[in-house]
Amino acid sequence: MNEMSHVTRRGFLAGGGAIVVAFSMHPSSAIGQEQEEPLPGSLDENPLLDSWIRINADGTVTVLTGKVELGQGIKTALVQIAAEELRVRPETIELVTADTDVTPDEGYTAGSQSMQDSGTAILNAAAQAREILIAEAAARLGVPADRLSATEGRVETSDGQGVTYGEIAGGRFLRYEALPTSPLSEPSQYTVVGKPIPRTDIPAKVSGGVAYVQDLRLPDMVHARVVRPPSHGARLRAVDVSRVEAAPGVLKIVQNGSYLGVIAEREEQAIRAMEMLAEEATWEKPETLPERDRVYSILQELPDEEKVIREGPTLESETTGDVLEATYLRPYQMHGAIGPSCAVGLSDENGMLTIWTHSQGVYPLRNSIAEMLRVPQSRVRCIHMEGSGCYGHNGADDAGADAALLAVAMPGRPVRVQWMREQEHAWEPYGSIMAMRVRARLNGDGRVGAWEFDVWSNTHSTRPGGAGLLMPAWHIDPPFIPPTPAEIPQPAGGGDRNSIPLYTFPEMRIVKHFVPTMPLRVSALRGLGAYGNVFALESFVDELAKNAGIDPVDFRLRHLEDERARDVITRCAERFGWAEADLSQGRGKGMGFARYKNLAAYAAVAVEVEVERESGGIRMIRAVAADDSGQVVNPDGIRNQIEGGIIQSASWTLFESVDFDNTGIISTDWNTYPILRFPDLFESVDVEVIDRPGAPFLGTGEAAQGPTAAAIANAVADAVGARVREIPLTPERVLAALEDES
Amino acid sequence: MVALNINGHSRDVDVAEDVPLLYVLRNDLELNGAKFGCGLAQCGACTVVVDGEAMFSCVTPVSSVEGAEIITVEGLGTERDPHPLQAAFIEEQAAQCGYCIAGMIMRAHTLLESNSSPSEDEIRQHMAPNLCRCGTHARIVRAVRRAAEMASAEEGRTPAREGADQ
Repeated sequence: MNEMSHVTRRGFLAGGGAIVVAFSMHPSSAIGQEQEEPLPGSLDENPLLDSWIRINADGTVTVLTGKVELGQGIKTALVQIAAEELRVRPETIELVTADTDVTPDEGYTAGSQSMQDSGTAILNAAAQAREILIAEAAARLGVPADRLSATEGRVETSDGQGVTYGEIAGGRFLRYEALPTSPLSEPSQYTVVGKPIPRTDIPAKVSGGVAYVQDLRLPDMVHARVVRPPSHGARLRAVDVSRVEAAPGVLKIVQNGSYLGVIAEREEQAIRAMEMLAEEATWEKPETLPERDRVYSILQELPDEEKVIREGPTLESETTGDVLEATYLRPYQMHGAIGPSCAVGLSDENGMLTIWTHSQGVYPLRNSIAEMLRVPQSRVRCIHMEGSGCYGHNGADDAGADAALLAVAMPGRPVRVQWMREQEHAWEPYGSIMAMRVRARLNGDGRVGAWEFDVWSNTHSTRPGGAGLLMPAWHIDPPFIPPTPAEIPQPAGGGDRNSIPLYTFPEMRIVKHFVPTMPLRVSALRGLGAYGNVFALESFVDELAKNAGIDPVDFRLRHLEDERARDVITRCAERFGWAEADLSQGRGKGMGFARYKNLAAYAAVAVEVEVERESGGIRMIRAVAADDSGQVVNPDGIRNQIEGGIIQSASWTLFESVDFDNTGIISTDWNTYPILRFPDLFESVDVEVIDRPGAPFLGTGEAAQGPTAAAIANAVADAVGARVREIPLTPERVLAALEDES
Repeated sequence: MVALNINGHSRDVDVAEDVPLLYVLRNDLELNGAKFGCGLAQCGACTVVVDGEAMFSCVTPVSSVEGAEIITVEGLGTERDPHPLQAAFIEEQAAQCGYCIAGMIMRAHTLLESNSSPSEDEIRQHMAPNLCRCGTHARIVRAVRRAAEMASAEEGRTPAREGADQ
């Protein structure tokens, strides 16, 4: 991508001229030109430059993206990219994120793809826009374009004669179709990309500025709360609303089938009315959930769709060498946003419905809400505003649907709905349960001869592609029924994400057992199946290394050819002081590695832990990581994501599991679903970011989750010889593993 | 009518006595800093300072703090003129989604008021009631330490800072 292209400016202008009247939200169908080569990133779906970049009359620049800020710092990184290629100062750029009336449709902000999709699109669109501005300036100035250069928002000759971007194109759309290759800057000349520019959103967030949809306060706004059924599958039998109707501030009770909500003037009035309504409602409450203790065996007994994703011989036929086998387990886990899901809806006098939402996909949400309300998509607009960090598909879209159902019941007044903590915990879709069985044959030379990996799991994505995937739509009359769960295919994969090792084992057989039946509601949680699969495979690699009597880092390296993979492992080990680490009694070190999705960022994580034999308690001492995300746009942004990924994964791995009984969820607050607190934190978390100038951007956000889980389990095994194969690594499990060893 | 003293200003609010302070701050006084996180005093997103103590505003009836000195993150400083704690959080880039951060700053504020150079362990223990889900803990600890250093560097040069306007 650092390759300089030789696109003629005439080509730009000719291509642009043909499509001036074709600008629409569906450019690919409107253009009618055959594209021989795919366009970079999301330009392929949204090829018009003015879908991405607009030059304003005052010379400032508006950059549009269909991706959203989730706390991962994407806004700052995208501004850096645009500033670099447009050759303007970052502070002259206004970035507009997902809004169905304004921005390109980039689907979901998910899968660590924003830099690859939107970042690549903006990089190329900005470079092409710059060349167009230079070409237009050349015509204006009567100077050959090759004697002009762009700098600080101005096109000029070497003697300083020039025009500003605002003078060239201010207020006019750049209705040009993007080309497959762009005149990209040389990475060695970068002045903005690669720099740790401070995040643009943090000052408002530390000083009480309006930063989140939770802070949106529209004139005449009213407050709503929803009474959820006591469990999934429960149906409303009856509700006496008379007492609630007379309660202070209550404006409206919304009942539609088993869907029950209340709108009040004030927020605390809505909450009180919700509590009263819940007392008045009686429900049919079937026992729909399995026994918690049997959940993994049920998962492996249920009918599954078996798919061999990597063909190889089964190990049963093997007769030589040592065959080792182990099974690893990952429970249901929560996104657990600190701020419960929230949305604001407004149904106006023209019948237009606007939803302010922290959804990761405003276009799919718009379409799903329109289907739920049985109105045309053109009557619904979804505007993204930040919410509390989500880490995947949580209640954001459902809250958007709540706001839609409640706002249409109270036209003319903005309706703000926020979930209660108990609702967020009980109704968000969890990260799927997983069971991984690994078998391997170790040859006498300390090498893996054959590897067999079976993973059982439910789907890892039930994001709304239709009303049937909006939870509130299940409760209205007639209800929308969720479609049969589907799996994300390889190479990204869902439950099988990262189940194929990057190691060069001579024989590999990888089988996914997709179990469509889901006792609990599940969807995408940061890393999807990669978290469980990397935990299993990187734990087992350590078990094999131990069996072979080889250092686990050496063992990994002797099975790895990918140079970038070797680099992150080697540099992580060096930074950690792996070889020379002289650990005291009860302490251990462990490493985990993965390339996320086998397509995105490379990450290796090494940790040191201390295990107390008497209690089984694990104390985290330090974590060191090396990351390779390709061309670095903002090194501190990458570091922040990897640090956060390590700490969050440590929380998942040590503490977290959703508890339930036959009728409902038991983990309904932070006491019944504890997560990491400050005293549990590592003493230090240290991240090395490896830059690859000119290499494609590789998504970073989910890279650390799996490696951290394995690194912790490996460190515990190294510390006290106890191998825990079930997440979370509770003291009870450590003690049980110690007993097994002795 | 409840008479409140918020960030150095007298504010009368016409609300029922049992309304949690959090809703009054957010909806009546239009202060966005304190956030609803759990409503159960378990996460600290709603933390404000009342008479020098960190309190969960989500479970504090407004009438119980009548006349008390209440400080929210807006009372420390502004985007343009941040308090050392806010400046330290910006310098350390100690936020990801940032939803918990105002509560973190207010809890840290009560620590630094009573202990101008807390140890790493004292910071962790003090911050324990507040949850962060993005895993920004290490940066938050660094930011609190930096704020302490900035404050002690400033000491002697300028008098203690008055609560800034909202």
